[in-house]
Amino acid sequence: MISVSQAIVTCLEREGVQVVFGYPGAAICPFYDALSQSDIRHILVRTEQNAGHAANGYARMTGKPGVCVVTSGPGATNLITGISTAYMDSIPMVAITGQVSSELLGRDVFQEVDITGSVEPFIKHSYLVKDPSQIGRIFKEAFYIAGTGRPGPVLIDIPVDIQKTMIDFSYPKDVHIRSYKPSTKGHVGQIRKAAEVIRKAKRPLICAGGGVFGAKATEELLAFSKKTRLPVVHTMMGISAVPADYPLDYGMIGMHGVKPANYAIGHADVLILVGSRVGDRSVPNPDSISNKKTVIHIDIDPAEIGKNVEATIPVVGDVKLILKQLTDEMKETDFGRWIDELNEVKVTTQYDLSDRQNAVNPKLLVHKLSEKAEKRSVLVADVGQNQIWAANGFAFQEGRFLTSGGMGTMGYSVPAAMGAKLASPDREVIAICGDGSFQMSSMELATICQHQIPIKIIVMCNNRLGMVRELQAKQYDNNLAAVFLDGSPDFVKLAEAYRIPAMRIDSDGEIDRAIDALLQAKGQFLLQVTVDPLESTL
Amino acid sequence: MKHTISVLVENHPGVLSRVSGLFARRGFNIESLAVGTTAQPDVSCITIVVDDKENVVEQINKQLNKLIDVIKLKDFTPDEIVSRELMLIKVNSTSQTRGEIAELAKIAGAKIADITRNSITLECCDTTDRLENLLDLCRPYGLKQVIRTGTIALEKGNEQLTID
Repeated sequence: MISVSQAIVTCLEREGVQVVFGYPGAAICPFYDALSQSDIRHILVRTEQNAGHAANGYARMTGKPGVCVVTSGPGATNLITGISTAYMDSIPMVAITGQVSSELLGRDVFQEVDITGSVEPFIKHSYLVKDPSQIGRIFKEAFYIAGTGRPGPVLIDIPVDIQKTMIDFSYPKDVHIRSYKPSTKGHVGQIRKAAEVIRKAKRPLICAGGGVFGAKATEELLAFSKKTRLPVVHTMMGISAVPADYPLDYGMIGMHGVKPANYAIGHADVLILVGSRVGDRSVPNPDSISNKKTVIHIDIDPAEIGKNVEATIPVVGDVKLILKQLTDEMKETDFGRWIDELNEVKVTTQYDLSDRQNAVNPKLLVHKLSEKAEKRSVLVADVGQNQIWAANGFAFQEGRFLTSGGMGTMGYSVPAAMGAKLASPDREVIAICGDGSFQMSSMELATICQHQIPIKIIVMCNNRLGMVRELQAKQYDNNLAAVFLDGSPDFVKLAEAYRIPAMRIDSDGEIDRAIDALLQAKGQFLLQVTVDPLESTL
Repeated sequence: MKHTISVLVENHPGVLSRVSGLFARRGFNIESLAVGTTAQPDVSCITIVVDDKENVVEQINKQLNKLIDVIKLKDFTPDEIVSRELMLIKVNSTSQTRGEIAELAKIAGAKIADITRNSITLECCDTTDRLENLLDLCRPYGLKQVIRTGTIALEKGNEQLTID
């Protein structure tokens, strides 16, 4: 007989979990007691939301569910943004929450909150454990559900008395969920139809989304494009799906996308959506696609077909397998004139890398960072102008771009970078944020120091919520309301207070030296960058 | 167009809230909803009637299917099903109107479930349209209270909806 808490630790070990992110409290103490006897590493974040983001960054780099653990009540509600962020970007995650004693449930006792009810609208599945003997089945199912099909977060809420209950335990080998059978292979007939349409197309285009990473299908995507000579654009979630120096890559589409990509999507006759739900920021006017183009929509989630754009040929299943099937089905094709047209737009598009006076050009900074950073670097962008500068300016070769694409959660970059670094210690991991978003997670500097997580942080400072300022300037008659960040600390001094080496630059001339210092630092490093408040996003 | 969706779900707590919550947050309107057990004790059937555009109904079906607790569902148009709804109507009556109401109930196939000096409670199990018709006929007497269960439905013919 072992306790349920010991059983949970065994479940985590059997799932291959090496790191969990969390914050203890009374209702999760039995679990922490058992966890301390295990080799699983626990990272103590400084607020529960960041346990979610760190698990998110970890999951995106390992491709397996990230795990976060918090207590009941406020611990659980603080985690909600972490869960919704993972849900919107289809990131596999298992969240464990302590709960008040089962006999007290529903009586509004101290630190009681209905967390399974609270997260219901933005979670893949959740469990409230009432029968201790089911703990093994529940964990087995949770990891399976989180990591298969369209990945997403799963929450397990465990009352404190149940954590202490003694049970006979064995971890199940297999999963049997009669109501959950994610589709895998694509329908052969649909794939043939798709191939036929592509062959007859004049201006076909691939649009890659985050699902390419969810399916671990970057190689298959590239192979498909190489064989067919099909040009590729991507959404923000699809950044780094193909290497930036791939000649048929035309960049990010959408509201904050680049001209070649938006030209391509505007002029394509056949659009092949690959693991992309084409959200409103990617395609602000979906009717322009539904009405004018033949759409081949490849997605693991049947509910995405026809949700935002109408699909002419839906192909439901695992993107990796479908891309293989489709590549096999296709003969070599050549869309030379269409490619020439796109290349012309590409070469005539200017990206502003000119020098600024009395400030740093953030686009130039990202450009130079991209040149100097190692090929496999992971760039974690926060939300706001910094995100777009990072998204459009960094040329990913074998690296990864991580950001909160769907939720747009400020404060994501630092904790997600911690998770990414722990998952890939041999890669350089750089968080880029603004002075607004950094201050939403700056408490994590303590976590970075305590657990020695050597990430690099770049804080773009314009003393404004820059993207909101830009919106107010353009759409609210320049009535700048509540966007000034006066009162912010000196970030170099703040970093130094945490014993983190830091540096500040105020002009373009200092960029090279600063990036060298940042990249050469063995441990964690913070770079504060002064950016002109009127710097535009695009 | 009106659609009736039969949804077979795991019979455990929280499932109904997941289903109804999905309708609320995605802005789908429910015309009626009825829940009950099936021949298998661990499976419940939720019968949902919706009236919306075809692409919305398609999304409703797909989103329902995504819920882990949903084992299987089937979507029907009105001509594909036998559907019934139970209604209880408490209608005002006097010694003058009592006979009329009783006659009306008989013609409409309703039963008299309860009777007092001032009221008659009718019980009627029928299609939604026929219940509406009965309700209209009773309205002139003065409706004290009306209560309905929501529609349940079975596919016409030999077909059966099972979890296998």
